[in-house]
Amino acid sequence: MSYQGKFRVWRGDDSGGALEDFTVEVNEGEVVLDIIHRLQATQAPDLAVRWNCKAGKCGSCSAEINGRPRLLCMTRMSTFTEGETITVTPMRTFPIIRDLVTDVSFNYTKAREVPSFAPPKDLAPGEYRMQQVDVERSQEFRKCIECFLCQNTCHVVRDHEENKEAFSGPRFLMRVAELEMHPLDTADRVDQAQEEHGLGLCNITKCCSEVCPEHIHITDNALIPMKERVADRKYDPIVWLGNKLFKR
Amino acid sequence: MPELERHSFDVLVIGAGGAGLRAAIEAREHGLRTAVLCKSLFGKAHTVMAEGGIAAAMGNVNSSDSWQVHFRDTMRGGKFLNNWRMAELHAQEAPQRVWELETYGALFDRTKDGRISQRNFGGHEYPRLAHVGDRTGLELIRTLQQKIVSLQQEDFKEFGDYEERLRVFQEFTVTDLVKDGDRIAGAFGYWRESGRFVLFEAPAVILATGGIGKSFKVTSNSWEYTGDGHALAMRAGASLINMEFIQFHPTGMVWPPSVKGILVTESVRGDGGVLRNSDGKRFMFDYIPEVFKDKYADNEEEGDRWYTDQANNRRPPELLPRDEVARAINSEVKAGRGSPHGGVFLDVSTRLPAEEIRKRLPSMHHQFKELADVDITAQPMEVGPTCHYVMGGVEVDPDTGSSSVAGLYAAGEVSGGMHGSNRLGGNSLSDLLVFGRRAGAGAAEYVRAMTDRPTVSEDIVTEARATALKPFQTEGGENPYTLHMELQQSMNDLVGIIRRQGEMEEALQRLEKLKERAQSLTVEGHQQFNPGWHLALDLRNMLLVSECVAKAALLRTESRGGHTRDDHPVMDAEWRRKLLVCNVDGDGVSVEEKPQIPIRHDLLDLFDRAELEKYLTAEELS
Repeated sequence: MSYQGKFRVWRGDDSGGALEDFTVEVNEGEVVLDIIHRLQATQAPDLAVRWNCKAGKCGSCSAEINGRPRLLCMTRMSTFTEGETITVTPMRTFPIIRDLVTDVSFNYTKAREVPSFAPPKDLAPGEYRMQQVDVERSQEFRKCIECFLCQNTCHVVRDHEENKEAFSGPRFLMRVAELEMHPLDTADRVDQAQEEHGLGLCNITKCCSEVCPEHIHITDNALIPMKERVADRKYDPIVWLGNKLFKR
Repeated sequence: MPELERHSFDVLVIGAGGAGLRAAIEAREHGLRTAVLCKSLFGKAHTVMAEGGIAAAMGNVNSSDSWQVHFRDTMRGGKFLNNWRMAELHAQEAPQRVWELETYGALFDRTKDGRISQRNFGGHEYPRLAHVGDRTGLELIRTLQQKIVSLQQEDFKEFGDYEERLRVFQEFTVTDLVKDGDRIAGAFGYWRESGRFVLFEAPAVILATGGIGKSFKVTSNSWEYTGDGHALAMRAGASLINMEFIQFHPTGMVWPPSVKGILVTESVRGDGGVLRNSDGKRFMFDYIPEVFKDKYADNEEEGDRWYTDQANNRRPPELLPRDEVARAINSEVKAGRGSPHGGVFLDVSTRLPAEEIRKRLPSMHHQFKELADVDITAQPMEVGPTCHYVMGGVEVDPDTGSSSVAGLYAAGEVSGGMHGSNRLGGNSLSDLLVFGRRAGAGAAEYVRAMTDRPTVSEDIVTEARATALKPFQTEGGENPYTLHMELQQSMNDLVGIIRRQGEMEEALQRLEKLKERAQSLTVEGHQQFNPGWHLALDLRNMLLVSECVAKAALLRTESRGGHTRDDHPVMDAEWRRKLLVCNVDGDGVSVEEKPQIPIRHDLLDLFDRAELEKYLTAEELS
């Protein structure tokens, strides 16, 4: 049932590094994270990797496996052939700390730039009433485990360091959409999405949706509807004229 | 020696799960400068794994529910060993804490009239768990995380600095608490990323570090659960209670081996799932204990009717408290009626339409499909007990969360007493919120009332640094990964779900040897993000806490909740009146008996006398 698998794992730090070859035991039912753990326990005790729940719920063990952004704990070894060499590298969009661990502080900075939920002032705790059908839209986005694979894969920032300042990335544009679609949020977030968070830079190639381990329809259900709301306000000729005449 | 990084705060919160974040919010809202120190990234704490829901008697689905009923269920679940004051506060305040989450932006599943929906769970008389599908923990952690961000945004507006009054130090491990005389003076630890040491000076520390599951081989707990807070508290002079009580969740995955122990939510049973053995029999009907006979159905027809008519039927025995179900599964497997991989079958596929399963249990559906190639809408799951939760922890004052050490507080899983000998599902998330808030307020009051702040002596810092660096100074010694695996195997085999005197004595002998070998732990490489070193430091905590568990378990010669003795299978009312208290003694642990606090009369009056007779001594009833 078990076999010797071939692995190439990137090792190094912010000053540089290289792929290192390993041959390591693989057993039935294992995932890539199990193999990384076996490497730590038997061959490379100081191999750095971030992980927590090992059940696809915390979004810590994001990396790139054979170039694909994946969670290490949800990538089963049975999806590869026994002879295949499996290459594991850190997420490319974020600065390297060590080995498979990257500096994801970009995301925490962006999270802080999204104005928080603005609760209705006239409702006390316990008085909130919402219909299931109305909360479901935002609930889909709240499934997000913040693995940041969508941020990592989005070409707006993956190959364009210079866009990081102006662009919040799919995860946080989706957070804006989540609040905008929250039945009781009182803030207006449409202009913000375009002007503060760089929604216009997204050209809906859907790469984010493709890598999402939670299968959230980021593009279809969050980004495109937000773009439509922006377009309604910004480019609707009647709204445009009204704005000109009455200065919003 | 590189210069030591130093910070000064009013309140330090160690741990960023539900309890830690709620405590931090409270301390900050009391106007205190607060820091949160957590081993993982902000928002990744183990709370994220909670699935089923938050227990709170809001009465949204069944208006007969009330805090009194919730209190009763909690005491029954804990076999009356609970600290009654904690159980009372918890039942009374849980609804407020849940409603408050909505004002932070949480989006729970709804009832038809637009209120928060509530689901059934083991041991709860009415549908009581506020939930979001089966990812309630994620909703809780994200909501609290976002509330913290909103407080930071307020500070940014007021002071131009997000971190003026509330700062999160993520991927940071505390190795020692620091004291000034008898009082807490701060904490010492290292950045996981760089390995650099930091001293935090603060008059109050709130421990919210969660549990100890990583000392066991089969566990639903993540790597963080190494008993840090339990051990930090003990080394600082506080005592632990109820450490013999470990909850083995009845339903963990058993196959494939690499996911063994991962949790399968109790909601599967709450929503109609049933347990079967290899003969296809719903065996739980054979395992209804005497104390619960009048509450649980003794035939399938009545059990099934209960899902639609709770007023006129008793609940199915699959929804007995977790300790009962875990023991039953264990017995079935032992009797040779288990599933191919050593568990039993948990089946929801024949009980609900596929569409309904995907809707109510989306992450279970996902988890089994991705990790085990099992489609739970068409096939049964294979499940077995997994180490899930420690009922024991720091002995605290119920109202403030204060330990016996001035300035040291604890909330959530690291504290002890609330759940007695066995926790009900759903009572953990509510515990985090109720007592997280109370500890935050308790610490804030303490700091406010203080006239002079404690100071930290340089000697203590030098010593803490030397302890942390020791594994680098030793050569050719023990591998931390090997030692950890041996510890897990010993605890699993010898102090596990069913316990015997001889085996626990052997466990204690093994622990002594492991402690000796831990003196010569050796790590390779340097201090920067070095998991081998991190594990070596965590092992110190795991060994200390494991000794508490084994010693207390050996002393308690009865079976109750999360402590089952093969050689003392009966629950003994005299033992209900005793708590086992663990303290540090030299390089080991001493355990002493202490009388349990008698239950207040008006709370006793909530129960029938006939029920109380099952738990209390004649003397207590007179």
